[in-house]
Parts: sequence; structure tokens; C-alpha cells
Amino acid sequence: MSARIYVPGDAAAVALGADRVAKAFEEAFRARGLEVQITRNGSRGMHWLEPMVEVVTSAGRIAYGPVKARDVAGLLDAGFLDGKGHELRLGDPEEIPFFKRQQRFTFARCGLIDPVSLDEYRANGGYKGLERAIELGGPATIEEVFESGLRGRGGAGFPTGIKWRTVGQTPPQQKYIVCNADEGDSGTFADRMIMEGDPFTLIEGMTIAGVGVGATKGYVYCRSEYPHAIKAMNAAIKVARKAGYLGKRVAGSDYDFDMEVREGAGAYVCGEETSLLESIEGKRGLVRAKPPLPAHKGLFGRPTVINNVVSLCSVPFIMANGAKSYADVGFGRSRGTMPIQLAGNVKQGGLFEIAFGITLGELVEDVAGGTFTGKPIRAVQVGGPLGAYLPRHQFDTPFDYEAFTKIDALIGHGGVVIFDEDVDMARMARFAMEFCAVESCGKCTPCRIGSTRGVETLDKVIAGQDRERNLAVVEDLCHTMKLGSLCALGGFTPYPVMSAITHFPEDFGRGRPLSVAAE
Amino acid sequence: MSSGYAVVGEARGRYEAWSPVRGSEIIADHLAMEGATLPILHAMQGAFGYVPQDAVPLIADALNLSRAEVHGTMTFYHDFRHEPAGKHVVKVCVAEACQAAGGNVTSDRIAKALDCAFGETRPDGQVTLEPIYCLGLCSCSPSAMVNGRLIGRLDDEAIDEIAAECRS
Ligand SMILES: Cc1cc2nc3c(=O)[nH]c(=O)nc-3n(C[C@H](O)[C@H](O)[C@H](O)COP(=O)(O)O)c2cc1C
Ligand code: SF4
Ligand code: FES
Ligand code: FES
Repeated sequence: MSARIYVPGDAAAVALGADRVAKAFEEAFRARGLEVQITRNGSRGMHWLEPMVEVVTSAGRIAYGPVKARDVAGLLDAGFLDGKGHELRLGDPEEIPFFKRQQRFTFARCGLIDPVSLDEYRANGGYKGLERAIELGGPATIEEVFESGLRGRGGAGFPTGIKWRTVGQTPPQQKYIVCNADEGDSGTFADRMIMEGDPFTLIEGMTIAGVGVGATKGYVYCRSEYPHAIKAMNAAIKVARKAGYLGKRVAGSDYDFDMEVREGAGAYVCGEETSLLESIEGKRGLVRAKPPLPAHKGLFGRPTVINNVVSLCSVPFIMANGAKSYADVGFGRSRGTMPIQLAGNVKQGGLFEIAFGITLGELVEDVAGGTFTGKPIRAVQVGGPLGAYLPRHQFDTPFDYEAFTKIDALIGHGGVVIFDEDVDMARMARFAMEFCAVESCGKCTPCRIGSTRGVETLDKVIAGQDRERNLAVVEDLCHTMKLGSLCALGGFTPYPVMSAITHFPEDFGRGRPLSVAAE
Repeated sequence: MSSGYAVVGEARGRYEAWSPVRGSEIIADHLAMEGATLPILHAMQGAFGYVPQDAVPLIADALNLSRAEVHGTMTFYHDFRHEPAGKHVVKVCVAEACQAAGGNVTSDRIAKALDCAFGETRPDGQVTLEPIYCLGLCSCSPSAMVNGRLIGRLDDEAIDEIAAECRS
């Protein structure tokens, strides 16, 4: 067997120079007459160490990072291919504390295997879940997912099993599985990472959903900002189809299921499920009023399961290991694990999958190691552009849907964006309103007009014009948007705005910092 | 020998000139799809660098839609350009995680280095600068996409490289 190294092909690693590193290795191996296989794997999620290169040695895999193209010759001279010492040597990647502390249920294979090798996927537990689903049949599969307690990871946290039941109970007809891979939230990249690093997991998850509810066709609606993910998914779909895991009589069973990828076109609101369906149908991404639910009348008017990438990717583990092994971990009504994404001004940024219940403070201070600027953390935005800004005195909040709701916040898709003390919260509040104005689908007035008025009014506050009166106008606008918007774009934009005003009043010219007073 | 999966950034910048024949070919390639409008618009932009006005009636006819519907769809989405892009396309992330990492300063510097405002194509047609809301590189921000290539942790050196690339 020839030597083998791994250089991530994950977009974050590539953005930090992984393609150049891979090319430098290839050239060096050729020049030195070495026969070495270079595998472009996914990322293990420790992005501050990317590009993190791994070599297979007799003592297992040894990691080095962050590697630059100019380090390659030195690494080879130091005995990198035998896992020998070098200042970039990190040792066994799974022993790195950030990695070791995790519970990688969903991301177990991400970074471990060749993303488009079906053999490696299967050798690492892949397709065990589908086999069991086929054995159990549709209704029992749905109940298994229900029993696991899995809730939608796209943001709303709705029980996945209930959604599947609703579609499963509609009479047999053309039904669809739609995967929401629009991942528009700033601070999130879990969907991207698993589509690039372990695309078969999503294919398997969608196929299981198809078996569960009796759907034969799936669509992955992926944002256009993710060209790497789109190519990886397309490559994996082709492989799966060729091997009989997609198409007629999937894996030799009586079920048919096939799928394709559709590319978004840069509209944040198309992550909202009904807007997304309109978009696949080729229309403007206007949000639909509910009812009817997509489960009854979804894509092309047919019963449709629409789930986030991570929700669907959690299913193969649940089916392979049983609902109980998933439900056994977690906190309160938040069962299982959450891939949390640590981003922004962060020292150790990346993806951290762990059971619900870890506190926000543990995450941002211990796991992430604080800010890369070395300055104290002042605010953390959780849950993307519609999520609240949390001050230090809320850092004891456990990562749990209900605990966040209780403090007027949301965990959304699990993005955690860290800001240091240089942040201007009035500017962030204005940005939230501006984002809503830019991305509003235009269907309802509070969102369309309210956000534009919000920007204008916050500009006045920032300019010091009639502050109290204008802040009262902003609060009033937020109230109207919250109650009068059709979807969460207009309805939740008040969270970042109001949390900024409430917890950081000094940035709005309102006296003493509350966050200090409360401590 | 190389396995696994990777895309190497592809330099864009050279597009075909619009022709109704090419436009009709692109449409024909997608007619079998359910909901073909977005895939066709993407393919048009891929071929011509923008969606030419003349493509709209062709698409409408082929899909049995009104021109207004196709026009409405095209203008709803930020991705679709109505005019040819510059030779180089620079997209800089302006979303929260990039702002947290100093993105506001970085994006001002890029605009200055390229001598181009956000949302515009420089009059000499050399570069188009666009804001983008998140590239999924939020753990290594601020980030940008230059001619389809991703760049994380933008620093002054990276900005100089981008400016140099856009001079070529
Ligand atoms: C403005 C807006 C944007 C959204 N963006 C996304 C997104 O990018 N990805 C996602 O999975 N869900 C997004 N959602 C939530 C979806 O509407 C929906 O709840 C989700 O796809 C359901 O899947 P789940 O139950 O698996 O989470 C968004 C919602 C709104 C209101
Ligand atoms: S709240 Fe905004 S985005 Fe949502 S339906 Fe209304 S106008 Fe559209
Ligand atoms: S449509 Fe999902 S919250 Fe309104
Ligand atoms: S916020 Fe800039 S890459 Fe995500």
C-alpha cells in the first residue's frame, strides 16, 4: 500500500490555502519520486488549524497545521510521512482537546473519509440506517425518528417525526423530500461542511425520509454561495446512483428514490420554507401564507417534507443506532446533539458538535478560547441575523431551545458569533434592520416598510438626534414587526435590535451600561 | 495520485457574446426539468456573464409564462445581473461574523484598493465589486470570493493580491 495523506477540500480550508498546499505536496512527491496518495477530505472542524494536513502512519493518523505551501519541503525533510516531529505537528487529531470533548454523532465521518468514496462511507457505518429503515418500513421508520426527539435544526426546532407523520398520513401520490440547504445565517457553516465532507450522509438521510413517508423524489436547494458544496453533492449523487443507492429499487429494496440539487440565487428569504418551494418552482421567493402546510400542499402542490440539512443528516445515526442512543443525550426537551458553529472574532473557530445543555459561557470562553484579538468578549449573537445579542451576564444560559426562548433569544441553526469590546451595538442594530430591508420578500408591510423606517430612525439615534423619542419609535416599530409579519424575517428582526438596545443601552446614548449594573 | 473531492477556483471573466441561437440552446437543455426557470437563468448568466434582456421573452415563450413573470423572477434574486459584469468579480462578505472580525475596515480598504464602490462596475469594465451576505467562512473571517476563488482571513497582503489580480 502506498503512503496516504489528507489535505482538506473543505471551502474554509481552501479559503486558507489548502489547494495550494495540495499542489505543493503533489509537486514535491513527484520531484522526490514518492508514490503518495493525496485525498481531499472534509474538515474536522478546527478551522484555526486549517489547512490541517493528516498523514496515515503505523501509529494512526497524525495531523499537522496550519500548513502553508511553503512549509511542505520542510515537513517532508522532517519525516512528515512517518509522522515525525515538526513545529506544526499536532499529533492524533482526535486527541486535540477541542475535538476530544465533542460528541460527534452527525459529523462522525466528516474529515475522516474520502467524501465521495462509497466504500469508505460504508466501511464507517454508512447506509446501516437505510438498511434498517427498509427493514422496518415507512411507519416504523417515522416512529423511530419521532422517538429520538429530533427537532428541526434549521431554526424553528419543530419535531421532525411529527412533520414526517403528517406527510406519511397523506394518501399515496407523488410526494417530495426537500432539503433546505440555503444556510443564509451569518455565523453558520454546518450544512456546508457536511455536504462537502460527508455528502452521502445527506443522501442517506433523504432516502430514509423518502422510505418513511413514501416520497420518490428529493431536491436539495443549496445557496449559490456554496459552489464547493454543490459540486460535492452532485459528485456523490452520481456515485450513489451508479451503485444503486439512488434510482429505482434503492439498495435492492422495493423503494424508489432519486434526487437532484437546485441552486439558489442569493435571496436570504428563500431559506424560509415556503419561499424556498416557490423558488424551486421557478417563481419569485414570496413567502406563502399557511395553511396549507407544506406537508399537505408543498412543492408543486404535493405533500412535501422540508427539512434542514443537519436535521436530515442526523437521521442515519438515529436509524443505525436506535432512537434511544440519540435521545439519551441532551437537555430538557432538546434531545441529541447540535453542531455548534463558533465564528466571528474567535480564537478557536470551527464546528463543535455536542449534546444540548452546554452553557454559552463554556462555549465561547473555554471551547472557543475567547477572541482572536485577545480583547474581552462583549457580545455574542446566537442564531444568525434574526438572533439576539447576548451580554456576558447571560453566558450561563444552557444551549437549549426553551432556555433561549425564555431570555428572548433563539439558538436557530446553532451559529455563535463572538464580538469583542470594540463592537458598536447601535451599528449592529442598524445592520439588522438594514438586512431585513434588503432581504424582505415584500409581501407584508411591517417587514417591508418597518425595516426601512427602522434604518432611518436608528440613523437618527446614531446621529444623536432626539434620541429618546426616536428609540421609542424603534421600539414601536419592533413591536409592530413582531406581531404583524407573516414570517420570521420581519417577525424576528426585532430580536437583535431590541436585545442590543436592552443590553447595551450605553451604545444608544442611554446612560449606564445595564450589563454591568446587573453583575 | 489524488482522490477525494476538490474544486479549484476557476477564473471567470471570459464570456460568450449574447446570441438568440445560443440562448435557445441553453433553454432547450433545461426544458425537461420541473421548475426550469432558475436553472435557465443561472445557465444564461454562466454563459454570458449576465442575463440579457433579450433572453426574457425566449424563456417566457419556452416555459409558457408571461414576460412579466420571468422578469419578476429574474429581478427578485440578487444573483442575476442585468448588465455585463466587469472582467474581474470581487464579492466581499459584509455580514455579522465578518464585521465582528474587522470586516468594515477591510471592505472599505478593498473598495479603495480597487477604486470601485460596492454594487458597481468600474467604468473601465475591469472590475465589479459586490457585497455578499455570508460565504460560510465565518470562522475564518473576514472573507471574500474573487473570480470564484475563496479567500479567508483577509489581511492587507491578501487585499494587495486581489488588487494586483484585478489589474491584469
Ligand atoms: C427568513 C428565514 C430564513 C430561513 N433560512 C433557513 C435556512 O437557511 N435553512 C434552514 O434550514 N431553515 C431556514 N429557515 C427555517 C425554515 O423556514 C424551516 O423552518 C426549516 O427549513 C424546516 O426544517 P427543519 O424542521 O429541519 O429545521 C428560515 C426561516 C426564515 C423565516
Ligand atoms: S415578514 Fe418580510 S420576508 Fe416574511 S413574508 Fe413578510 S415581507 Fe416577506
Ligand atoms: S413561516 Fe416559519 S416562522 Fe413564519
Ligand atoms: S459572515 Fe462572512 S462568511 Fe459568514
